[in-house]
Amino acid sequence: MPIWNRRSECMERTEIEQLQLERLQATVNRAYRNVPLYHRKFTNLGIEPEDIQSLADIRNLPVTTKDDLRDGYPYEMFAVPLREILRIHSSTASSVKPIVVGYTRNDLKHWAELVARVMSAAGVVKDDVVQIAFDYGLFTGGFGMHAGAERLGASVIPVSSGATERQIQIMQDFRSTALVSPPSYALYMISLMGKMGVPTAGLSLRVGLFGGEPMSDLARQKIESGLGVVATDNYGVSALIGPGIAGECELRCGMHVNEDHFLLEILNPDTLEPLPEGEEGELVITTLTREGVPMLRYRTRDVTSVTKVPCKCGRTTARIAPIRKRTDDMIIFRGVAVYPADVESVLFEIEHVEPHYQIVLTQESGLDIMTLNVELSSEMASDQIQRLLELEETIKKRVHAIVGVTPRVKLVEPKAVGKAGTGDRIVDLRESGGASLTP
Amino acid sequence: MLKLQSVVTHYGRIVALRGTSLHVDAGEIVAVVGPNGAGKTTALNTISGVIAPSSGRIIFDGQDVTGFSSERLVQMGLVQVPEGRQLFAEMTVYENLTLGAYRNSRAVKKTETCKDLEYIYHVFPVLKERTKQAAGTLSGGEQQMLAIGRALMSRPRMLLLDEPSMGLAPLVVKDIFHVIGELRRNGVTVLLVEQNARAALGISKRAYVVETGRIVMEGPASELSKNPEVRRAYLGMGYKQIAD
Repeated sequence: MPIWNRRSECMERTEIEQLQLERLQATVNRAYRNVPLYHRKFTNLGIEPEDIQSLADIRNLPVTTKDDLRDGYPYEMFAVPLREILRIHSSTASSVKPIVVGYTRNDLKHWAELVARVMSAAGVVKDDVVQIAFDYGLFTGGFGMHAGAERLGASVIPVSSGATERQIQIMQDFRSTALVSPPSYALYMISLMGKMGVPTAGLSLRVGLFGGEPMSDLARQKIESGLGVVATDNYGVSALIGPGIAGECELRCGMHVNEDHFLLEILNPDTLEPLPEGEEGELVITTLTREGVPMLRYRTRDVTSVTKVPCKCGRTTARIAPIRKRTDDMIIFRGVAVYPADVESVLFEIEHVEPHYQIVLTQESGLDIMTLNVELSSEMASDQIQRLLELEETIKKRVHAIVGVTPRVKLVEPKAVGKAGTGDRIVDLRESGGASLTP
Repeated sequence: MLKLQSVVTHYGRIVALRGTSLHVDAGEIVAVVGPNGAGKTTALNTISGVIAPSSGRIIFDGQDVTGFSSERLVQMGLVQVPEGRQLFAEMTVYENLTLGAYRNSRAVKKTETCKDLEYIYHVFPVLKERTKQAAGTLSGGEQQMLAIGRALMSRPRMLLLDEPSMGLAPLVVKDIFHVIGELRRNGVTVLLVEQNARAALGISKRAYVVETGRIVMEGPASELSKNPEVRRAYLGMGYKQIAD
């Protein structure tokens, strides 16, 4: 099994830690000097960059949340002038303030290198024909995976997402050997292949890299048998860089973290106290080389555990367990991050309905379906079908405009949903992995 | 080979290094660049034992050498070539060079010293020509070569070079840096402190950028020399590119 960058992926632990300390201090110095938010946070806490004398001292630094990034919209978090930024990506477009990230020339170079490592670990080699079925656009997935595959020297097909029949046609005709997509989209392709009469044996695929959303064990099995691939999971965070943070090797025993570029902590989400190695907690990441948007202790809200035991594959980098839970109620729906609070704020502004709702997630032929059960206000318990249909249409349009996804809307009797706890507010019945995502 | 972990150094009450961490692997040339007064020379003087750090750790060859004296560090093979050369002006080139061998005066036979001398005359042929000349009569570039040669006589494992380009004409700087690059091929590890960032980044594998006692950037020299901030601040490249 080839290792893309043996020098960086097989370091002794003391060597990794020395490099991390140097890079952490340089990152803290730049963030403090160039990002107003961090300068303010440091001042409020009464700390200075030189208070970070060891890796353990990172716990004295302030954390960064998604709200900090939304407040900094669009460029407040940038640590360099815009003329040094070569690329700008953003979280999925919706009217809720998105997160904006900028990349310098070095950032883009590192990004390609890190994705190349992840791809190489998954088994992709330069002779592979890599079909990328991630959206190419503001989302980091398409362009990020693309650059890594090119760096690896593979033949890259930038199909992007959608037009699935053509996608399958290309996969057959171009003899694609590697597929890069969200796991749910792979499942959808498998079901469509059935309808089109394309057998698994008709494909040339041998490896698949799946990311952007959780992949359950069941989904992995279905994808492996349906596409004839070895399926690996990989991890990225758009606010930090996108894909390239971590990925499974062919042994699939945790995702190898690119520790020379990212420093991770596993914290108790309530107390923010560090948890011992092996224990499950919230993944908090500090960038070590990012120039455009350096990020200190970003709370990913993803729940995982870490092991630093070197892997049998030869890599010595820390490994994180596949992400199956979050510490907030974010849902990934067809690759779009949806926060129930945003749905609620939409309902607040619509007359004749209560902000009481339930989100039911299902899958039809591998495709995510969101059904939004919304409570009518008592004065609106109307029998006028026409008015109810109009109301459903209004909700659908408003949710699409603000949240960026189109749900099926079902109006229910007053008090049918009630002020349910978050646990009942989201019912996730999807088989691709979402089912275990929300608490 | 060398590691600094959060080293803090004071000059009296003034903080000159504010928690500096860096490392140099065996066989590497690593540069520390930055403006005047940033703490570059302080860093070297702290590593070589001239000044003691207030906190932090210095590790050489796996051994904690924090607070070790210069003499002891020289014995271990960590040798500094000071800024301004500090040669014995009245003494000849030959005498200056043999003084450099003093670390080995007891352990090594005279024949070994001769061998070392031959090697240095090979690296710096001009020193052979001037062997009987007083060091004070040499040109700036020749003096710098003599200073490096003298340090090499102690058979260092690692050389600390402080501003080797200082006060030298551009062409001479080119020669000196060429020689420094050659040293690496002979197995000498080099930590180089320079205001002439262009020359330093040109021969280094990696570099650190230090400002007011803090390292603000690090990475491969090839990456740093393309970084717009480094180009503007240290390479004298502004809105238009200046050709070499």
